[in-house]
Amino acid sequence: MARIIVVTSGKGGVGKTTSSAAIGLGLALKGHKVVLIDFDIGLRNLDLIMGCERRVVYDFVNVINGEATLNQALIKDKRVSSLSILPASQTRDKDALNKENVGKVLDDLGKLYDFIICDSPAGIEAGAMMALYYADEAIVTTNPEVSSVRDSDRILGMLASRSRRAELGLEPIKEHLLLTRYCPKRVAEGEMLSVEDVEDILSIPLLGVIPESQSVLKASNAGEPVILDTDSDAGQAYQDVIDRLLGETIEFRFLLAEKKGIFSRMFGG
Amino acid sequence: MALLDYFLRKKEKQVTTASRAKERLQIIVAHERNSRNKQPDYLPQLTADILVVLRKYIKVSDESFSIKLDNKDGDLNVLELNIELHDEQGSS
Repeated sequence: MARIIVVTSGKGGVGKTTSSAAIGLGLALKGHKVVLIDFDIGLRNLDLIMGCERRVVYDFVNVINGEATLNQALIKDKRVSSLSILPASQTRDKDALNKENVGKVLDDLGKLYDFIICDSPAGIEAGAMMALYYADEAIVTTNPEVSSVRDSDRILGMLASRSRRAELGLEPIKEHLLLTRYCPKRVAEGEMLSVEDVEDILSIPLLGVIPESQSVLKASNAGEPVILDTDSDAGQAYQDVIDRLLGETIEFRFLLAEKKGIFSRMFGG
Repeated sequence: MALLDYFLRKKEKQVTTASRAKERLQIIVAHERNSRNKQPDYLPQLTADILVVLRKYIKVSDESFSIKLDNKDGDLNVLELNIELHDEQGSS
């Protein structure tokens, strides 16, 4: 049985697509069969972050309308053969998706893959609801910032009430907190919510903390998910996320600002 | 002086913008959670009773039936029933 994981957030621009791309590629690099689905109908971007934008021929909506088979629409990643991308449609409107036809596609994909990663659009409209409806697990991507935390809490409410698991009274969606764009230095200065603050407010288990990093922009510029940048702190933090998703216990890194020595703190410097 | 600053800074932590953010969030999030979790105790029993009545007349499977009590903008409650009727079963 494939694990269906939705990457969601409520708020836009917090790093859902960046995280989906990094996590999808990271899991595939570990030898798992992974498919990444872009649910952002009309505003497709996962293809760009994955660097396969020029290879899109058919999309999710074509598959749903029977205009293309899954095999025709799936784009095989050039770096890792066990990873495929199902791009969103750029032109159709988002009403094209409904529970029945999305369920059918996920069913078919579930027979072929170990992980189905659903990259959710922002907001709480139909598109976001479709992305989370069939999920077994949710990665709630959050920035340490008031509006993002509040929106994440709304999404947690949706996961608990609007998902298939909620409607059928099954075991609830397993929730994971992924804190992105974290600046330990600003946290130390009292200018940014800390990991503990956000955990306190949302009270869901922490999956990862991705530090604010210049490598993320460089990665999206190049269409190479940041997890491939193994020298960067963000890349390493995503690698830890992969290990945790696969059941390992990994200590959290990049939580503290580089410490000044005790002497320079006490005597100026 | 730096030594003095070091100890003073600890006290200032009470009023950092981050701690204000946390406080504000805790209040608003608790408030919003309260308003969305207000499913009345009678809802499960009501659901069961409605199903019993419906099944006297028509065939309704668990999947084709859903009930939801929605709170719209705080002061309007909507009880939403969704029953899918299948053609061949509707007339029995």
